[in-house]
Amino acid sequence: MMGYTDPARFALLADALLQPDAAVDRTSLYLRAEVSDFLRFNQARLRQATNVQQATLTLAVERGQRRAESTLTLGGETALDLARLQAERCLLLGQLDLIADDPWLQRPAAPSHSQRDDSGTLPDAAQLIALVHSQAGQRLQQDFVGFYAGGPVAHAFADSLGARHWHRVVSFQFDWCLYHRADKAVKTSYAGTQWHDAEFVRRLDAAAQQVPLLGQPPRTLAPGAYRAALAPAAMVELLGTLGWSGFSLKARRTGVSALMRLARGEAAFHTSFQLDDAVAQGTAPGFSAEGFVRPGRVALVDAGQLPASGGTLNAPRTAAQYGVLANGVGPQESPDALLLATGQIPQGDLLRVLDTGLYISNLWYLNYSDRQSCRMTGMTRYACFWVEAGRLVAPINVMRFDDDALRLFGSGLVGLTDSAEFTPNSSTYGARQLDSVTTPAAVVSGLQLTL
Amino acid sequence: MTPSVTATAQAGGLTQVRSSAGQYNGFCQQGGIEVLDRAGFRTQEGPRVAREALQLVGAPACPSGALDLILMPDQMMLQIHESIGHPLELDRILGDERNMAGTSFVTMDMFGHYRYGSDLLNVSFDPGRPHEFAGFAFDDEGMAAERALLIEHGVLLRPLGGSLSQARARALGFDLGAVATTRASAWNRAPIDRMSNLNVEPGSHTLDQIIASTELGVVMHTNCSWSIDDSRNKFQFGCEYARMVRGGKLAEVVRNPNYRGISATFWRSLAMVGDASTLQVMGTPFCGKGEPSQVIRVGHAAPVCKFAQVDVFGAAA
Repeated sequence: MMGYTDPARFALLADALLQPDAAVDRTSLYLRAEVSDFLRFNQARLRQATNVQQATLTLAVERGQRRAESTLTLGGETALDLARLQAERCLLLGQLDLIADDPWLQRPAAPSHSQRDDSGTLPDAAQLIALVHSQAGQRLQQDFVGFYAGGPVAHAFADSLGARHWHRVVSFQFDWCLYHRADKAVKTSYAGTQWHDAEFVRRLDAAAQQVPLLGQPPRTLAPGAYRAALAPAAMVELLGTLGWSGFSLKARRTGVSALMRLARGEAAFHTSFQLDDAVAQGTAPGFSAEGFVRPGRVALVDAGQLPASGGTLNAPRTAAQYGVLANGVGPQESPDALLLATGQIPQGDLLRVLDTGLYISNLWYLNYSDRQSCRMTGMTRYACFWVEAGRLVAPINVMRFDDDALRLFGSGLVGLTDSAEFTPNSSTYGARQLDSVTTPAAVVSGLQLTL
Repeated sequence: MTPSVTATAQAGGLTQVRSSAGQYNGFCQQGGIEVLDRAGFRTQEGPRVAREALQLVGAPACPSGALDLILMPDQMMLQIHESIGHPLELDRILGDERNMAGTSFVTMDMFGHYRYGSDLLNVSFDPGRPHEFAGFAFDDEGMAAERALLIEHGVLLRPLGGSLSQARARALGFDLGAVATTRASAWNRAPIDRMSNLNVEPGSHTLDQIIASTELGVVMHTNCSWSIDDSRNKFQFGCEYARMVRGGKLAEVVRNPNYRGISATFWRSLAMVGDASTLQVMGTPFCGKGEPSQVIRVGHAAPVCKFAQVDVFGAAA
């Protein structure tokens, strides 16, 4: 069942709710809808299965410098939903008389249009459950714990001035761990728009071949500075944490950005560190809930320094407040498609370049220990190894790092691999997310381990 | 309600943020407009927060070293949440969360005898406590919610698991008991074992007595950073505001206070527990867990607590 992930259903709502009305300057609709299979596995057996069909619609009316909005969960029956939305619109119109002018309220300069529809081929839930049980449980005898989420996700915007945007991605994301014992596991994922059983089995087999490596006696490292290879999954965590306010115009101007030292010219990333928010290459919509269009790419760090544009994500109202150009992002001013440029290390030479040190497959639970200094802390997780002469020697027990990310990717950056990995956000808080990070692996020196 | 007021101060290139009881968690209570009065929201909190933000931009960094650590209730709530609440969730112990939220250093054979903390540690599941954020009469599996001690005089008694998890544990040979705390965040998510109101019971000392007993230590207020490993063992937490204690008296304000430790041993260093006069009802609206992900409201009431010789450190510069 398509529900409100069907563009015709959204068009019905838009036609009915966006009729010309002299009482307002603009009425707008922002839809978020999905039809998702959620499958949880523990010990290669199904633990929990849900199918969620949901849609929310944010309805806004604007007059002069006033805006009132409300978000309703839609029930799925168009006539009933329309009646509720019409009633809500009447309430919002009444509220316009009661609220004060918002001096920073912004509207797009002109109506815009876009359409993106990524179709997909997804597995049948029952067949997937059987496949996991037969392949991971019966054939490979693995302690498989994982989570599958798949189905269409749609975002859409329309307003009474003629703007229309439709963005639908039919995709799946399946990530799983094969546990050896305790906290020692190999983490793998398979995500995309075209599901193939054979590709899932291939990845499962590749992961299973790594599990015996975790059976060797683990090494416990002493706190100190280590040379380390960071796999793309670990890089995703570090870059994602930089995205917490690091590139926000508001955070930069109020002095709370983690990249204030970069902004003041007191520190710089390595000259090979080139970071963009490249929405055109990701899966996130290229428009905001207010109907602003995002550029396909915004430079955030250019050759280790701030680009001439400032390297910030500028929400329209923040941009108006500080008198700079907006670049269409939402009020959180966080990146939706971070893209770190690749480097020179051949992908297959990562451990050779590392030579001796830590191979970090995943990091976990990052946070700032000193945001002003861009100092982050977090834990190693899953299959991390001690490496000598370019060979995996022993798994390591989990360790905490606490380090300055500007140093780590500045003077500490040895190199980046020559290919990057696209990682969609697997978070499903409230709804499936569409943001992503694309990054190569890295070799760094002097990673500070503390506990 | 989650009333909060935040002030940001800048001086000499340094920025410090101070909030009334947390930017992400802290003062959260059930109730109506009277919650604002209980929070001091309309009276003292604004001036206090602004004053303390200004103090912080002029303050030295928190020193590093092994110090006695006094945690106020708006940091205790985070300490309870991360290093008692999550490790005791029975579905984690059963392995359901290993793909994302993680596992637990607690195993099913520990209940009934494992020394989780010092004799002073008493931890309750209390769904009936007035004002606290996660009170209810029945959980989402229909089990009646009743107060129960999870840790008594430092000994681990029972997990945070509902009737389904209890049955699964029993099938594995562990009769662990259960508390009614299986909850779903909304109609579109399945119920799982969650924290609800999870509290540290008050002890017998006033705040003045705790400070007076401390030769060299630090008092930390208001969580602002949290990180813990996937077994809920190695943690590092940061606070907005701290004051040194020297010779049994409150001394200078210090900025960027952080501390780290290991859950399995940290609670055994609990040296003093504040009395009821020091207890405050806190919580968080943002407890995340599960696949698909769920965010839920949780309450934590706690007194001021003192921990002996904790690894404390401050800002990089």
